Amino acid sequence: MKLEGQVRIPSGCAIAAVISRDKNRMSGETVIKAMVPMHDRSNGLGGGFAGYGIYPEYRDFYALHLFFDERATRKSCEAFLKERFEIVKSEIIPTWKLPSITGEPIIWRYFVDPLKSVLASRQLDEAEFVARTVMEINTGMKGAYVFSSGKDMGTFKAVGFPEDVGAFYRLEEYEGYCWTAHGRYPTNTPGWWGGAHPFSLLDWSVVHNGEISSYDANRRFIEMFGYQCSLQTDTEVITYIMDYLLRVQGLTLEEAAAVVSAPFWSTIENMADPEERRRHAYLRTLFPSLLITGPFSIVLGFSGGLMALNDRLKLRSMVIGEKGDRVFIGSEEAAIRAMEPEAENIWAPAGGEPVIIKVREAQENEH
Amino acid sequence: MITLNAEGLDHKALNEALRRAEGPCRLTGCLGQRFIGAGMSHKEILIDGIPGNALGAYLNGARITVNGNAQDAVGDTMNAGRIVVRGSIGDAAGYAMRGGEIFIKGNAGYRAGIHMKAYRDKVPLMVIGGTAGSFLGEYQAGGVIVVLGLDAGQKGLMGFFPCTGMHGGKLFLRSRCEDIRFPGQVTVRPAKSADLEELHRYVSEYCQLFSRDVGRVMDAPFTVVTPDTKNPYKQMYVAN
Repeated sequence: MKLEGQVRIPSGCAIAAVISRDKNRMSGETVIKAMVPMHDRSNGLGGGFAGYGIYPEYRDFYALHLFFDERATRKSCEAFLKERFEIVKSEIIPTWKLPSITGEPIIWRYFVDPLKSVLASRQLDEAEFVARTVMEINTGMKGAYVFSSGKDMGTFKAVGFPEDVGAFYRLEEYEGYCWTAHGRYPTNTPGWWGGAHPFSLLDWSVVHNGEISSYDANRRFIEMFGYQCSLQTDTEVITYIMDYLLRVQGLTLEEAAAVVSAPFWSTIENMADPEERRRHAYLRTLFPSLLITGPFSIVLGFSGGLMALNDRLKLRSMVIGEKGDRVFIGSEEAAIRAMEPEAENIWAPAGGEPVIIKVREAQENEH
Repeated sequence: MITLNAEGLDHKALNEALRRAEGPCRLTGCLGQRFIGAGMSHKEILIDGIPGNALGAYLNGARITVNGNAQDAVGDTMNAGRIVVRGSIGDAAGYAMRGGEIFIKGNAGYRAGIHMKAYRDKVPLMVIGGTAGSFLGEYQAGGVIVVLGLDAGQKGLMGFFPCTGMHGGKLFLRSRCEDIRFPGQVTVRPAKSADLEELHRYVSEYCQLFSRDVGRVMDAPFTVVTPDTKNPYKQMYVAN
């Protein structure tokens, strides 16, 4: 057995993202390139991607991506889904056989529409119903795991290096206006397909570099609202926190960032603008259990945009760049240059400073 | 000068090629390879592209120039030599540096000069031409950090919480620092003539490297920050 000091752990995870503000679509290859110079930040125990705008022909349906351990589980899960949804299409997610990716589960996707009669009898809106169904499958159905459940978006993840995971899922064949990527270096869990990033629920997806120390405090709080953390990994809880704050509580992205990456009280007290001081004090007081401490840099993907955020102490790196209508995010500048050698306006946001990029049509809808 | 193309080489192959090459080297097509020049003593390295993290870690006398930005942890535990960055630099520059010099034309990220230290004639120097992120000089134990704030515009000279845990060394800041909050264990005062004399050496070097006018850069108020005593944490943890 190797002890501390005998093994060098050279790094942490890698994250990257790209978005076209004009919603120009690009293949998954763009973001895979970003992961190549950051290869050493992962250790082959997890890689994944989320693409937005990839299912235009099924944009009105929830795209459920599932892992199954065996055929019988799939059959019983499909029977379960049919009681709740109209399934407009079901298929195996196409993959390539690669020597670097082994032990794959059975991987399917379903484009579904919740049955109106079920929604009416449960008195739930669509999104809440889908979220609850995902929780039910992931905690109650042994051998089945929903790893993507949004509309016109999809998460693809596996155990392996991210470049290999991208090739495995044939992401060069998908086109989206926004992509996020993750290379994993698991610190607390053994590294299973479901534990790879992005973690997603509905349209939200989170890629995360770091290790949050508030996991249990956050988990205990969020589980009071129907979320169930089934994987013991910190990124899962971040995804549920974001869903709770943004969808359920209706906070803005800036407000959600101020909750999870809140400034220190001393910083709040010294804020020049009294309105800002009041706003931060209010959010910290209202959601103290959702403050995320410990190192993190995350990219939150959602329909029509991205938010990049660091922990308030900035214990992980994050760099932003742009070129034309595209914005790039990476754990390292090299990742951005790999996607776009001529990227401009390279900068690093401060700890707790959210960087929010929305596609132009989403911005226009707000005004 | 020997030109080495870094494209497609990992950090190990790249450093081996550098060690094999005799005389000054120019690296082209660099993209994220870590540990470039690590521990090297007698080398001159010019880098085109983006060097990876821990550039010049444990550097022991070699001279590295980057024609652009550098990433995190440049000069980690550097012992001697010089690193010149003709752009900006990521987080934790000069991490635990104990000798040599780092000159940054632009801005530094968070925790620049974290745990720099000095011993007798080993006095590390870091000059930041632009601004610094939060936690500048965190746990600084020795050495000199200069922040000039050139072309900073509306941006402040630095982020929050400078000098947290500082217990040695010296900071020169090109500002009156009226709006900056320092911790209790440091002394903040305007630079005296002896300080300015010392500072002039560092600033001249910076201006020569990046074609700036020394007179203009020096013509500004400077603040000096030092820890209160030789051992501000005396008896905080153990009786020493």
